Amino acid sequence: MQGFLTLLRKEVLRFWKVAFQTVAAPVLTALMYQLIFSHVMARHADVYPGVSYTAFLIPGLAMMSMTQNAFANASSSLIQSKITGNIVFLLLSPLGPLQLFAAYLAAAVVRGLVVGAGVIAVTIGFGLPLPVSLPWIFAFALLGCGVLGTLGLIAGIWAEKFDQLAAFQNFIILPLTFLSGVFYSIDSLPPVWRALSHLNPVFYMIDGFRYGFFGHADVSPWLALSVVAASFIILSALALWLIKVGYKLRH
Amino acid sequence: MPPAIVISSVSKQYGSFTALDDVSFQVEQGEFFALLGPNGAGKTTLISSMAGLTRQSAGSIRILGHDTVSDAYQARMKLGVVPQELVFDPFLSVRETLRFQSGYFGIARNDDWIDELLAKLGLADKAGSNLRALSGGMKRRVMVAQALVHKPPVIVLDEPTAGVDVELRQSLWAFVRELNAAGHTIVLTTHYLEEAEALCSRIAMLKKGRLIALEDKAKLLAHSNKRDISLKLSAPLPASLQALHVRDEGERVVLRLPDIAAIESLLATLRTAGVEVREMTVIETDLESVFMRMMQGGAA
Repeated sequence: MQGFLTLLRKEVLRFWKVAFQTVAAPVLTALMYQLIFSHVMARHADVYPGVSYTAFLIPGLAMMSMTQNAFANASSSLIQSKITGNIVFLLLSPLGPLQLFAAYLAAAVVRGLVVGAGVIAVTIGFGLPLPVSLPWIFAFALLGCGVLGTLGLIAGIWAEKFDQLAAFQNFIILPLTFLSGVFYSIDSLPPVWRALSHLNPVFYMIDGFRYGFFGHADVSPWLALSVVAASFIILSALALWLIKVGYKLRH
Repeated sequence: MPPAIVISSVSKQYGSFTALDDVSFQVEQGEFFALLGPNGAGKTTLISSMAGLTRQSAGSIRILGHDTVSDAYQARMKLGVVPQELVFDPFLSVRETLRFQSGYFGIARNDDWIDELLAKLGLADKAGSNLRALSGGMKRRVMVAQALVHKPPVIVLDEPTAGVDVELRQSLWAFVRELNAAGHTIVLTTHYLEEAEALCSRIAMLKKGRLIALEDKAKLLAHSNKRDISLKLSAPLPASLQALHVRDEGERVVLRLPDIAAIESLLATLRTAGVEVREMTVIETDLESVFMRMMQGGAA
């Protein structure tokens, strides 16, 4: 337990020491999206009845920022340790696969939640109503960060160079988050795109998270929860297995 | 009392390249043991296997009776490794580095021992410095401290003095000797053979992944009974002694004797030939010459 807590503290400290870049910057980015999209789209986009586009956008932006930062935290920490070589100090220690996994994951979730709270704080003035259900909000915030944190861990283990990681981020994570209904309700899409969106796990994170705020969503929150939880379990099992066999870590 | 390290038939293949080929030996508790070999002989691969950084393709390694694969937790608790490459976490200060490393080994409060390590390694005034701000030698000392945070009974140093100034080498060895005297088992690899000769009681030599010698230092040196002797003579070397001739060094000739006792008959032969010995030096066998001879393929 001590080992897990130590690694978690180190991982949190790692991003917190550069919080300007790891927390403030994504919050500012989200605020820019909020300003620009609400200005351009407010009169054009149809979303939920009784919910303004500017309010609709907030949970989507928050979830997008949370997931991207959870991913970035685990993946960039791992690749930096691998490239600088200081991961050897972890590998020499008796920390087991579960402790390593849990510490990286928890730090990713912490970063995601801190960024998410920041995004909500700076955008709340755009007319976000009182949330309908806090439990749904927290369930999706935690699981959303968990899924992308785990994916970040896997990408960090797999990548040997920064550009491989950047490719993973730009060609997989970014399309999945942008095409998940952050900026629109997928109900407004043509049937083919709507069907495709239903294959994207990030869509369920955002949809469920939004349900917590508005009590209204594209699919049932239970379905969304099942998809997100299943994604988390599958990816966690994969990540744990990779660490256990020492894939690209212990040669 | 289990041996400190037992290496049983360890092999390691990287694709078609064999880094370790059926290596077996053991190190007893309290030994000061040297692992020698040229670059690429497999020393670091062997150390990485002991530490679990590398998984051997075949064979097993036990640290104080704990298998490094099936009982990795205990094996790693007993082992402290100073890796060869100079690596550090650029986000942390010296003290943070050592506190975190202690935590990884399950030790929540370790400041007394950390302070002692810092003092012994001459790092006390650097405790608050970021690792980036330290010189290479200082970073090396931090790595030694990191390997010792959990007071491991078995300590492995992979070329700890490579690229390190003389002063640090002296103080580092004094510290390692102290640890050995306190009962820690020490295994080191080094390029400086005089270090191994001065410090270690037993020596293993690796060449191309195979163990080619495993001896007490004294035996290894004694093995090499052949002595080189450097002579300055009043006349050319008699023909009957040409078989012993190794080389000329200016006015001197260097002869190789099968053993030191052969010096009697050498002198007798010279006297008979009427050649006078003006100067004579016996060239002491050192580890370096034994090492060179073995690596060139000859027996010691």
